[in-house]
Amino acid sequence: MADSLNKLSTIEHKEDHNMPRVVIAMSGGVDSSVAAALLVKQGYEVIGMMLRLWSEPGIEGTNRCCTPDAMAQARRVAAQLGIPFYAVDAQQVFRDQVVDYFIEGYTQGVTPNPCLRCNRHIRWGFLLDRARSLGARYLATGHYARLQQDLSSGIQLLRAQDEDKDQSYVLYVLSQEQLTHTLFPLGDYTKSQVRQLAHELSLPVAERADSQDLCFLGGGDYRTFLARSAPQVISPGPILDHNGCMLGKHQGLAFFTIGQRKGLGIAAPQPLYVINKDFQKNALIVGEKQLLGKSDLDVAEVNWIAGEPPKPPLRALVKIRYRAAPMWATINLLGKHGAHIIFDQPLPDITPGQAAVFYDGEICLGGGIIL
Amino acid sequence: MNSNPKIYLDYAATTPVDPRVINAMLPYFDQVYGNPSSVHTYGQEAEAALEKARETVAGILNCQPREVIFTSCGSESDNLALRGAAFAGRQQRGANHILTCQVEHHAVTHTAQQLADLHGFKLEYLPVDAYGMVQPDEIANHLRPDTALVSVMYANNEIGTINPISAIAAVCRAQGVPFHTDAVQGAAYLNADLQALNVDLMAIGAHKFYGPKGVGALYIRAGMSMIPTLTGGGQEFGLRAGTINIPYIVGLAEALELVQTELVERTARLIPMRDRIIGQVLEEIPNARLTGHPTQRLPNHASFVFDGVDGNALLMILDVEGFACSSGSACKTGNPEPSEVLTSIGLPPQWALGSLRVTLGQSTTAEDIQAFLQILPNAVMRARRL
Repeated sequence: MADSLNKLSTIEHKEDHNMPRVVIAMSGGVDSSVAAALLVKQGYEVIGMMLRLWSEPGIEGTNRCCTPDAMAQARRVAAQLGIPFYAVDAQQVFRDQVVDYFIEGYTQGVTPNPCLRCNRHIRWGFLLDRARSLGARYLATGHYARLQQDLSSGIQLLRAQDEDKDQSYVLYVLSQEQLTHTLFPLGDYTKSQVRQLAHELSLPVAERADSQDLCFLGGGDYRTFLARSAPQVISPGPILDHNGCMLGKHQGLAFFTIGQRKGLGIAAPQPLYVINKDFQKNALIVGEKQLLGKSDLDVAEVNWIAGEPPKPPLRALVKIRYRAAPMWATINLLGKHGAHIIFDQPLPDITPGQAAVFYDGEICLGGGIIL
Repeated sequence: MNSNPKIYLDYAATTPVDPRVINAMLPYFDQVYGNPSSVHTYGQEAEAALEKARETVAGILNCQPREVIFTSCGSESDNLALRGAAFAGRQQRGANHILTCQVEHHAVTHTAQQLADLHGFKLEYLPVDAYGMVQPDEIANHLRPDTALVSVMYANNEIGTINPISAIAAVCRAQGVPFHTDAVQGAAYLNADLQALNVDLMAIGAHKFYGPKGVGALYIRAGMSMIPTLTGGGQEFGLRAGTINIPYIVGLAEALELVQTELVERTARLIPMRDRIIGQVLEEIPNARLTGHPTQRLPNHASFVFDGVDGNALLMILDVEGFACSSGSACKTGNPEPSEVLTSIGLPPQWALGSLRVTLGQSTTAEDIQAFLQILPNAVMRARRL
């Protein structure tokens, strides 16, 4: 791990008061804490901020992103780094922009990705506005991704050095204007280097388990949250095979995702998967695994990082989920904000509501929401 | 780090300890360190220091030393006053009714609420006017034969309004009902002559008047029945158990004496600065209102609300610019509940959420005020845009 330390020691700690002011979004976790430390080392005038996000009152307690423990942790890190720290309430805007979007998406039968929405409207909206109001030039986060200035296309979003931790998938929503005011201090580091740095700097961070759960569910199940928040999603209907034979009953299409295998409640000789949701008939279509493949999809709300789509014909690697492997595809533009994507090979788990994100090598070109 | 100057304008939150107070305290950490309850000479020396401090405080407050109880802070003094008088009143005369108002510090309202929720006291809130002031007539209207205690603060921490305490005390006295005043915020600037004030109970906390944090006092008029809430040893006339904190008590006495002796000059120095802030803010910042009384207010206290401003964002902007202020009620967790004080005086939420409290003190200079007023309009504008 000498490598990570060498990297750090080559960064001079400048006592330059003309260095730009940066707001770092802190969570109390190791990533944002080390990111803050790196910015301080690089001589920026650093201000820590933590968002208070919404969670369901009385049931889930505090939002996982901002528990009292996490906030105390972030304060301690800020105190150790000698930077000011402010907690900022974003409960209402988070509820309106992210949670309502999540509920709305499920109500309409898709599987929304609220993190994308949070990044676009909360972190690079609400929080960036607050950072700017404090006179900060940049908002920094502990995301694993890199930025690079390109003469022709402006700021490019690149995959992180640490392939395994790369978070460019959830950042494709950002505009050139937002990226102009963004720093990702961890982009060149691997997770293990970051852990090592936290150790070397004696940062008081406790490792929290990476969680796939949504922060505002506080570990609870999204289905019960949905049933409470939008009772209309409870809408029983038939489970059919692809020939239209009735195999059972479901409690509501919102509770199922394409490709899902568990929780169907059907005894069958072969494992059955959710193949499709038929909203006309309120029917869940299930079948064996080989029926699952689909080799094209449409996306809407497309954002191109460069601001403009690349010249066609466009071949790119496309990721259809945060954890999916990038697959080769041809992208055909449909109007200004849409695209039709044809994969070289069929994919089993194309999920409407999630994002398809396009890459040219390590460059993230943009992405859109799967229809 | 930030290269901006750091200017402290939050003396109502706390004050630095006066160096003279620190010096007075120092011998009692490692030289005169005995426990005043001990028989030996170490204990006797400590006890002498304790009683000397009590006499000093009594001298300043114009009361008997026996009437001064030392506690750990202003909140503890308020707790002892409310619980002690409420329980004693119930025990002795079946009194069951507590009268206070919603603009009190939480040390009073939350204690009263707990007495109501857990102990069955009937809690009633007195109306306040648009300045957060309690009118003595209202006391007369609300007193009941079974009222155990009336509690009205001397000066409001959030909006600076000074209540007509001696007039309120006179109403209570005429009816034979104990009257407590929370003077934590007022003690640094207001008349503390208890014979003139005529109250039965009065709470103070040293850190609001250039003394150390972690020590307070409660005046309990001789003859008041009180039930202790911190039980154990018989310290403080059996009303507050716990080993006596000699250095801090010495510090409180020294600080109170200094602050009350120098009160006139300090007040005269601060009022013009306070009024300059009030005048200029109301003149230069659109949609701004003064909160609290325009003249019957603490000499170091200017407080405002701004329509459509995120008060927390404003505090951050000011802090980054180098000015430490408050919204009035400290909240570091960013919870945007409007203050009960501001809603009680009739402000709608879009005003109440945009509050700013600027409180001056010993080190505040005219240049500080000048610099502050220079950046404030722009800071409010930036916070308003969010």
